[in-house]
Amino acid sequence: MNRLNWLRFGSGMLPVIVFLGLWEIAARSGGFPGNVFFPPFTLVIREFWHLTVSGVLPENFATSLVRVLAGFSAGSAAGLIMGILMGYRQCINKALHPIFSLLYPIPALGWLPVLMLWVGIGEMLPIIIIFICSFFPVLYNTVTGIRTVDPNLINVARTLGASEGKILFTVALPLALPNIFTGLRLEAGMAWRVIIAAEMVAIPTGIGALLMKAESLIRLDIVIVCLMVLAVMCLSFERFFIFAERKLTGRWR
Amino acid sequence: MPEIVLKAINNFVCRDISLTVKNGELLVLLGPTGAGKTTLLNIIAGLTAYRGGISFDGRPVDRLPARQRKAGYLFQGLALFPHLDIRSNIAYGLRVQGFSPGEITGRVDELLRLMNMTHLSNRYLRDLSGGEKQRVALARALAPSPEVLLLDEPFSSLDFRTSRYLMMELRRIQKQLGITTVYVTHNLLEAREMADRIGIICDGRLEQVGLPQEVFFYPENQRVSDFLGAPNVLDCDGWRTLREGLIKASCGGMNIVAAHEGDNVKKVVIFPAHIFVSKQRPPGPALNRFKGVITDILTSQFLTRFRVKAGKNIFLAELTPEAFNDMGLQKGSEVYLTLKLKWIRII
Repeated sequence: MNRLNWLRFGSGMLPVIVFLGLWEIAARSGGFPGNVFFPPFTLVIREFWHLTVSGVLPENFATSLVRVLAGFSAGSAAGLIMGILMGYRQCINKALHPIFSLLYPIPALGWLPVLMLWVGIGEMLPIIIIFICSFFPVLYNTVTGIRTVDPNLINVARTLGASEGKILFTVALPLALPNIFTGLRLEAGMAWRVIIAAEMVAIPTGIGALLMKAESLIRLDIVIVCLMVLAVMCLSFERFFIFAERKLTGRWR
Repeated sequence: MPEIVLKAINNFVCRDISLTVKNGELLVLLGPTGAGKTTLLNIIAGLTAYRGGISFDGRPVDRLPARQRKAGYLFQGLALFPHLDIRSNIAYGLRVQGFSPGEITGRVDELLRLMNMTHLSNRYLRDLSGGEKQRVALARALAPSPEVLLLDEPFSSLDFRTSRYLMMELRRIQKQLGITTVYVTHNLLEAREMADRIGIICDGRLEQVGLPQEVFFYPENQRVSDFLGAPNVLDCDGWRTLREGLIKASCGGMNIVAAHEGDNVKKVVIFPAHIFVSKQRPPGPALNRFKGVITDILTSQFLTRFRVKAGKNIFLAELTPEAFNDMGLQKGSEVYLTLKLKWIRII
């Protein structure tokens, strides 16, 4: 990192440092006795360390992470494949669009009661919830991306001798990438929000479940640790897709 | 390079079009916007459904999809792939047709040299000017060695100077490769400069096909005449032979010298493009030179046409908008008109 980048990074971090400082001062000012209802930042960090060393946080985090990765990967892949088919073949789009239009507005968590009865309260339940949450946005962004490719680009590829399959993979799909990444970026963060909510409501393991247990024991420091993990993961996933999008499309956009 | 033959082509736009584009010829399809020129190109390329028959060098291509017709197509908007660099854009056709990497590199290098673009090979579209993009699109269309080349208003989005330069470049390349070419435009100037032959299309019908001078001087019907714009036609009061092959005709008090053999002199015809216009009096003898006043101005994208009253006659002349403005001309300006001897026709 050169000096300019360090300066940029420093100026970006400054408001965060000020916020954490104010938090610490406010919590220790004596207005909240016992640090129960408003634990200082340093106490939260200490608890984070304890939870990490004891293995409680890594275990719950790993459980949530696996669920998110499995559900998100499967949902995105399915959304991508279905989006390609619907975007490239008008007949498939006509057949499936009305069905997906009806299902899309249902919030992912709305499926929870149905799925609890269908698949039970096991590992599949949160994965299916994340699958649903990821599937539709990636599907619609892929369809939009492919359908908005300039038809002249498709035609010129035809005149240059490309088969339909080659046109799909060398023209339509690369040009739909910006739209596809928009879907992935938005849903990566959403997947974490949904898994936490699902674990809080119905599943006894994972970061969301840890958060609920801490809440019932009035351990706000642990609650804040869980929320911080959630924030960092949402941000990391989103940043990963921004980075990947830049790597793949930055040269020509 | 093959001859393109179209027999009784019909679809939702084109009506009963039959046409032959000769081997190595550059045929310009000229017509107003919406006449069906692009549709006809799409039909030849296999991108639009049609009834009728098309053959390349006697080989029917009606049942072949676009990718098997071997027609290089330069679209009006160029349709360059934004996600590929220049080299990959040019190589696209070769790559999808399964050429070996060595063949692709050799062919792309050859085209980059032909287009004078070797220094641009790794750039992306956003780094190119309009003219450079035009050349990339042409190189891409030529890369898989197509049997025919289809060009749809390739220079419509460029400024006048660049388009003139690229027109000359295209003509050079077309002649060098000897590729049978169909070139679509609505611009008369472009058509006149580029064409071996011109086909006039109006309302989906091919109205006339012929050499540029035939089409411009002898429009076969009113539609063609209306589209091309009327030439200046002056009635002759009298005439006399100056020497063999040269006459002096008297038209509304003007003496016009023209090349002509025979004794049938009724009218003198000259197109606006063949009248030299100047604000200052041109040096040299005053042969076919007349002073007049601009009475009317009509400006379009590529041409400024204006009427000049000279003596009892009114001439329609034309200049590029840039030249017209550079000369500071306006309604009421005095100008000198010189009728170019070579282009004066006697009928």
